[in-house]
Amino acid sequence: MAEKVPKRKPMVGLQPEGDVDWSSYRGVLVVVEQRSGQAKSVSWQLLGEARRLANRLDAPLMALVMGSRVSHLAQEAIHRGADRVFLCDSPELEHYRTRPYSRVCLHVIRTYKPEIVLMGATYTGRDLAGAIATHLPTGLTADSTMLDVDENRLLLASRPAFSEKMLATILCKQFKPQMATARAGVFEALPRDESRTGEIIPVPPQLKPEDIATEVLEFLETTGRVNLEDANVIVAGGRGLGGPAGFRLLRELADELGGVVGASRAAVDLGWIGHDHQVGQTGTTVRPKLYFAIGISGAVQHVVGMQNSSYIVAINKDPQAPIFKIANYGIVGDLFHIVPAITEAVRRRKAGAGEPRPTSAPQTV
Amino acid sequence: MLHLVVCMKQVPDSREIRIDPKTNTLVRQGVPAIVNYFDLHALEEALRVKDEHGARVTVISMGPPSAEKALRQCVSMGADEGILVSDRAFAGADTLATSYVLAMAIQKAEDEWGPVDIVFCGKQTLDGDTGQVGPGVACRLDIDQLTYVEKVESLDPVKREIIVHRHLEDGVERVKARLPVLITALAELNRPRRAGLPGVLRAARYQPIVWTTNDFPNMDRSKIGLRGSPTIVSKTWVPEPKQVNTEFIEGDDPAVTAQELLGRLYATDLPQKLGWA
Repeated sequence: MAEKVPKRKPMVGLQPEGDVDWSSYRGVLVVVEQRSGQAKSVSWQLLGEARRLANRLDAPLMALVMGSRVSHLAQEAIHRGADRVFLCDSPELEHYRTRPYSRVCLHVIRTYKPEIVLMGATYTGRDLAGAIATHLPTGLTADSTMLDVDENRLLLASRPAFSEKMLATILCKQFKPQMATARAGVFEALPRDESRTGEIIPVPPQLKPEDIATEVLEFLETTGRVNLEDANVIVAGGRGLGGPAGFRLLRELADELGGVVGASRAAVDLGWIGHDHQVGQTGTTVRPKLYFAIGISGAVQHVVGMQNSSYIVAINKDPQAPIFKIANYGIVGDLFHIVPAITEAVRRRKAGAGEPRPTSAPQTV
Repeated sequence: MLHLVVCMKQVPDSREIRIDPKTNTLVRQGVPAIVNYFDLHALEEALRVKDEHGARVTVISMGPPSAEKALRQCVSMGADEGILVSDRAFAGADTLATSYVLAMAIQKAEDEWGPVDIVFCGKQTLDGDTGQVGPGVACRLDIDQLTYVEKVESLDPVKREIIVHRHLEDGVERVKARLPVLITALAELNRPRRAGLPGVLRAARYQPIVWTTNDFPNMDRSKIGLRGSPTIVSKTWVPEPKQVNTEFIEGDDPAVTAQELLGRLYATDLPQKLGWA
């Protein structure tokens, strides 16, 4: 029954052909991610960290901006630390698609030879980085949370492993560029500096018809759907909520705090709330500034997904619940009374009717 | 008939992996091996296409002989064939070497059973957690990739078009692509079925096909296993457990407790970071 398979072109190879002189590879390249001309904050965070690496390597910091009508981002990348920005501005790059973006990236990498290439570990960044590393070929480390370089100019990319129980440092010694994606919210962006100057180099897209066969029909912005990845405040609930109705209390608090509702796997498996709310190993890994764990006992699979939140508030009726071990603030008690009280307190404070503010608190932004 | 390939990995259930507090090393003993969570969703979607349009579903896994069990589970759910690509020479592969072997195996499956129309992968594995193998396979097969798919809106086998919804941080993207295509599956995509009795019976006596390096005369040895893997793990360590001095807020009156909590939160750098007035 076997039909003849058309012969394909040979597959991408691994071994560099002949003696490759990697010494011509110099500098750090950050691929800037944007949608509709708005850069993702992780891009500027990465530029901040990459600036530090480039200084240590005494090498230029480069950025690649791709999209349609995105020239303002090239200038912005310079304000954010880049010395040199490659700009590929074309209507065909309006929406991210793997092939055309890969084509442009590969062209820039092969022409300008950075020794390190970094991207945000976003859905798009992981999609693109996986394709590019295979094409080049080179080593790629996913989801880095620490980046450094050693005296041999090797990139030390460290990432969580085994459900975030360990950290592993990954090297790529044989190939250049060394590639890594890095998580959002880990690194600090540099303050915007309009006095910084740099060079903007236009790059032609040079796309082929087969590059643009895939068609993005539309983008439906999140409405009513959760965006856990980008949330600064997450109010999450678990089995202790007792049912779907409990999540209404959480939503009210989340709304007051400008946050979103998260959930433990137990609550999702029970069908109380959709999977897109799930925080943890088989859900989303988050690191918001403030995380409320409400009626969540703190199973490992949940904890690995939220333990890097800046502040954790745990509310649980069981004083022995493991979640308290990682919480900054713990309240033992009945969440059905405590959560509405917190919502009300936030509301009053926002209305200026709260109790006098503690004198030790910073009062202004 | 459509030919669908599902890439599957048997993984240790990493939720069960513990750190030995004395030695600071991973305790893998007694950790059950399971079909990677997201691969079950990939398989389910392939089976749904099979139910609707008729298709041959081939599951391919690279791994040790013990992964036969995971392949049998896939067969019990409805896969037609399970292929174990297994050889000591594949050991130590990173994502680049893995995608090379899987792509070679998919091409061999095409030689055996006809051209592949859709390759389904999980979005990532529970143990590797990179999400890089799917794009790597698509790249090597020179087919389009649709990653992080949460819904297959339509599939037209005649026009050879598929429309999917891709999950992004800030929304959903509807994308139309031409077959052949590679899809990586999110958990939102579907709810994996339970095996029925006929499937269980078939799986019980099913012997997965095993392919070793000998079955791939054109395989480049420099691209497989440890040798074919550009990344190396230079060190692993257990981060210091987060030292948290939990401040318990006590009291019988929820309103007072709530005020107290807010007072403490306002005393941190949160107001500055979150722009609270």
